[in-house]
Amino acid sequence: MTKSALSQPALKVDHLSKSFLGRTVVDDLSFSIAPGEIVGLVGLNGAGKTTTINMILGVLAPSYGNVAIAGVDLGAHREEALAQTNFSAVYAPLPGNLTVVQNLRIFGMMYDVPELSARIDEMVEMFDLTRYRNTRCGLLSSGEQTRVSLAKALLNKPRLLLLDEPTASIDPSTADTIRNHIRDYAQRERGAVLWTSHNMYEVAAVCTRMMLLSRGRILIEGDPRELPGKHGMASLEDLFIDLSRGSDEEIAP
Amino acid sequence: MKMRHIAAIILRQIYLLRGSPTRVLPLFAWIAIDVMLWGFITRYLNAIASPGFDFVPAMLGAVLLWDFLSRVMQGVTMAFFEDVWSRNLLAIFASPLSRAEYVTGLVLTGICTSLLGLVVMIALASLAFGLSFLSYGMAIIPGLMVLFLFGIALGVAGSAMVLRLGPAAEWLIWPLPAVLSPFASVFYPVSSLPGWMQPLAYALPPSYVFETLRAITQGGQADYTALAQAFGLSLVYLAAAAGFFVHVHGVCVRNGLIARYSAESVT
Repeated sequence: MTKSALSQPALKVDHLSKSFLGRTVVDDLSFSIAPGEIVGLVGLNGAGKTTTINMILGVLAPSYGNVAIAGVDLGAHREEALAQTNFSAVYAPLPGNLTVVQNLRIFGMMYDVPELSARIDEMVEMFDLTRYRNTRCGLLSSGEQTRVSLAKALLNKPRLLLLDEPTASIDPSTADTIRNHIRDYAQRERGAVLWTSHNMYEVAAVCTRMMLLSRGRILIEGDPRELPGKHGMASLEDLFIDLSRGSDEEIAP
Repeated sequence: MKMRHIAAIILRQIYLLRGSPTRVLPLFAWIAIDVMLWGFITRYLNAIASPGFDFVPAMLGAVLLWDFLSRVMQGVTMAFFEDVWSRNLLAIFASPLSRAEYVTGLVLTGICTSLLGLVVMIALASLAFGLSFLSYGMAIIPGLMVLFLFGIALGVAGSAMVLRLGPAAEWLIWPLPAVLSPFASVFYPVSSLPGWMQPLAYALPPSYVFETLRAITQGGQADYTALAQAFGLSLVYLAAAAGFFVHVHGVCVRNGLIARYSAESVT
């Protein structure tokens, strides 16, 4: 990665808002992620996490605001901006009627991955998928499918990696391995990661910063290892529960 | 447009066809059935009708050419439906692939699969019933081009409809050629249609093709001006279909339908 690439945020979200039929789902959200940073985006179901990710991925147009990926404005230069990113989400499985390698080859071509065959081999090995290379993804367990999805997400060495609950359906041992891969990736490639999760242990273990989203707004932001102490809580999970309930009561009539 | 992006869409279809006889068989099976069915009907009609008129190029040829248009449309929509069925639209539209590259990939896939069908159709009709598309003279070339372009336009517009209305809208797309065929004067001249149907017939490029080919089978001359008009009209339909797809994609991005495609509606 060049010096100029490292000098600007991998992701800059500027006053992002989204409303559906008058209901505001994401409300004036602004934040940025630096290269090499792993940022946790947490919140109750319906807090606006996936809506935010969908807007960053360009599959949902914001009602207001801008997204820039590696300095490229998503609204004005969609393809150029999306070439800098990739994602993995449980609700976006890779086609089950293609094999692991076929899926990786097709998405590798879409993301213009150089020396694709070698990169596929590297990803297959990294995510322990060698014995499933020629197995159709639909025949894999949900954990194995998640690993394929992560392999696809890292194929193009994205400047910005979006992970929506990447370890939701996998066993603790595999989840730990995946967390290590993502950490290594952020350190080695200086890739930025936006990670949504309901697992507070995971957020504390992986993320260098976290944002707690409630009703489309950032409620608190900071180092997940320091935040509980700052708010007089024993753990991040306690803080999450306390703030989430508090924000609900605040809004309740 | 990047060729590698377009090639990815085509490669996906090649992988699917290579690994699935159930996808390969329909490329030929329905065509073969149509050739047999209409081949025997025309042979019977030739036997009972007054001598001098050959039903083979007039009727079997017309059926097969309309079938060809349907296959072109289905070639495009099938490639799109594969992404619908495998819930792949989110990953596709979140990638750096442009809409033009995606649609071009679908169209090229449709062209490849329908060309396979065309070869089988010509071989079977020729071997079994003596139909030769060469009997239409040079007019068959622009005629096929018009049917090609209009079939592609139908496929792109049909894909856009399914993108907007959701997976259940598939059933609206499959019968599109059958719905249009009465207006396209496949088997009868436009002049035989009631007055209110005739403007609709002239708005459809295939009508010009079938009018011309019918005239040739009856000893007349090819009307190349009409074919040129049909070609131009097909290009207009193709541009309109591409514009419709881009418009629908824009609507789906604004209302969040791509991200929630299985819900079919977000309103």
